[in-house]
Amino acid sequence: MTPFTILSAVAVPLIRDNVDTDAIIPSREMKSTGKTGLADGLFAAWRYREGRVPDPDFALNRPQYHDARILLGGVNFGCGSSREHAVWALAEYGFRAVIAKSFAPIFAGNCVRNGIVPVALDAVEEIADGNPVTIDLPAQTVSLPDGRTWHFAIGAEAKAMLIEGLDAIDLTLKHAPEIAAWQARDRAARPWIYLGIYLGEGV
Amino acid sequence: MVAPLGGEAALIAIDRIFLHERTGAAALNSLAAAGRGVADPSRVFCVMDHIVDTRPGRGDATLMPGGQAFITETRAACRAAGITLFDVGDPDQGIVHVVSPELGIVLPGCTLIAPDSHTCTQGAFGALAWGIGSSEAEHAMATGTLRVARPKTMRVTFTGALRPGVTPKDMILALIAHHGAGGGKGHVVEFTGAAVCDLDMEGRMTLCNMATEFSAMTGIIAPDEATFAYLAGRRYAPDPLPDWSGLRSDADAAFDAEIAIDAGSIAPMVGWGTSPEHSAPIDAAVPEDAPRRPLDYMGLAPGQPLAGLPIDAAFIGSCTNSRLSDLRRAAALLRGHRVAPGVVALCVPGSQAVKRAAEAEGLDRIFTDAGFEWRESGCSLCFYAGGEGFKPGSRVISSTNRNFEGRQGPGIRTHIASPETVAASAIAGEIADPRGLAA
Repeated sequence: MTPFTILSAVAVPLIRDNVDTDAIIPSREMKSTGKTGLADGLFAAWRYREGRVPDPDFALNRPQYHDARILLGGVNFGCGSSREHAVWALAEYGFRAVIAKSFAPIFAGNCVRNGIVPVALDAVEEIADGNPVTIDLPAQTVSLPDGRTWHFAIGAEAKAMLIEGLDAIDLTLKHAPEIAAWQARDRAARPWIYLGIYLGEGV
Repeated sequence: MVAPLGGEAALIAIDRIFLHERTGAAALNSLAAAGRGVADPSRVFCVMDHIVDTRPGRGDATLMPGGQAFITETRAACRAAGITLFDVGDPDQGIVHVVSPELGIVLPGCTLIAPDSHTCTQGAFGALAWGIGSSEAEHAMATGTLRVARPKTMRVTFTGALRPGVTPKDMILALIAHHGAGGGKGHVVEFTGAAVCDLDMEGRMTLCNMATEFSAMTGIIAPDEATFAYLAGRRYAPDPLPDWSGLRSDADAAFDAEIAIDAGSIAPMVGWGTSPEHSAPIDAAVPEDAPRRPLDYMGLAPGQPLAGLPIDAAFIGSCTNSRLSDLRRAAALLRGHRVAPGVVALCVPGSQAVKRAAEAEGLDRIFTDAGFEWRESGCSLCFYAGGEGFKPGSRVISSTNRNFEGRQGPGIRTHIASPETVAASAIAGEIADPRGLAA
């Protein structure tokens, strides 16, 4: 996962409430069992007109936003389906951060696992008129060229994972002895949770 | 909790994992490619529900372009990983959140995750059950744990009793309509109060199902005698059941947020827009201050009455409302009636077990005599995957959970409602109050 520290980039406004993951990547655009080949389907229903012709009125298609790497959203951004394809599509398109008034919880978690920073801030309308936008993750700030700056909150765990570009599974596997010890205790307390009887475990 | 991770985060044990064919192959293949195995395959299950065909006589082929690969690759990946699969044609196949409780896989006090947002459904059993993405599913399979920040808590109390003809679907739509689709703010929401305790397990599942539409991390209901009676004798449930009666919030427990709703004030609800928060009592009109974008999509105007709106199609199914009690209540209204001319109507039972039980009671005949198609179990047209779909531009009354733009297909206008309201509307050919039809 690519580490994220400071990014100055064009931010494209898509400031609507309840932008759902069906809108971000429609189910019919999830054509393979892999995690790639999704950028073309990003916002497909809004981005293209009949015959898959780009709609010039849609924000992502406007020339000034072609190099956007930050997406601006409204309330409850990323609601709906848990499909991580929504985040894979955003990442493949080139987005590194989403600044929105609030996030749906599954989407925010998926962002962190893929190196996209979910920044929750109410001031998205103000931020929208001041490109380029700078996100300083270690300082937890968003700032504009005119000096206006906002502080945002992010969980310590999510912040560390993003800054260091860590693989969560590698990190957790360092706790393998604690996990094994916990399961041994739990197997005695809640035997019904454990469905497998494996050779050598003496259950 | 297995280990603290600093701050509000902790490593917690995951007791049950459920996959489906839409994302199962992606997660399992990615795990295998990274040289990682599934830590305990006996506690991982998979089912074919999302894109499997629901037409009678189905096999692996689907109308969705490329759909068959999701099924065959998921099957191969499950075999390689040693995971229990409820395959196409299996008598236990069905929608994940219908099948898991039927088989006693979800249990009170357990943690259960699935790469599916409606996993919150299973919180109805007093489990911490929530939806996650593919990466988290891989993490849970590889390690038996997840890294989780301690969620905030909310209590939603439904006081009093529901009026006749009002259902759990109407309860959750009323909550979301009043407090917004973002109102749950990532909290774990405990549903409680007399009107919740009065619900059977299937009703509780409907209520918890749409916690994700409230932007909650999940919903949960304290287990009680109804829970224990439901689980007793199920295949994966322990026999005898352990004492789970202590799994409830303390009487003086403090929550980060509280909401109270008088259940007696709730009317049958119907969606009018493109978010579940765009819902109103069926005898109301589109709000005068409704935003323009959803109304343009839905072809509606402020002040327009909802009842009487002509419909093109009716759908009964989904992890929200496809269980036996849902089908019984809809069938009670359909008996002796016909679907209005020109209306396409589908009933998709939530599982093979639901389908068999419904057929044993003759419900299938009531549906087909009324003009409904009677399908094999699966998610079906709750969402459009590029295969089978409603006629473009159709107005659909649907017992599903999402009315997003294009959710059921490009340009499809979805009105979410209870199975009763779908049945009454199918007969009338227009959105209709089920209380007007004597069951």
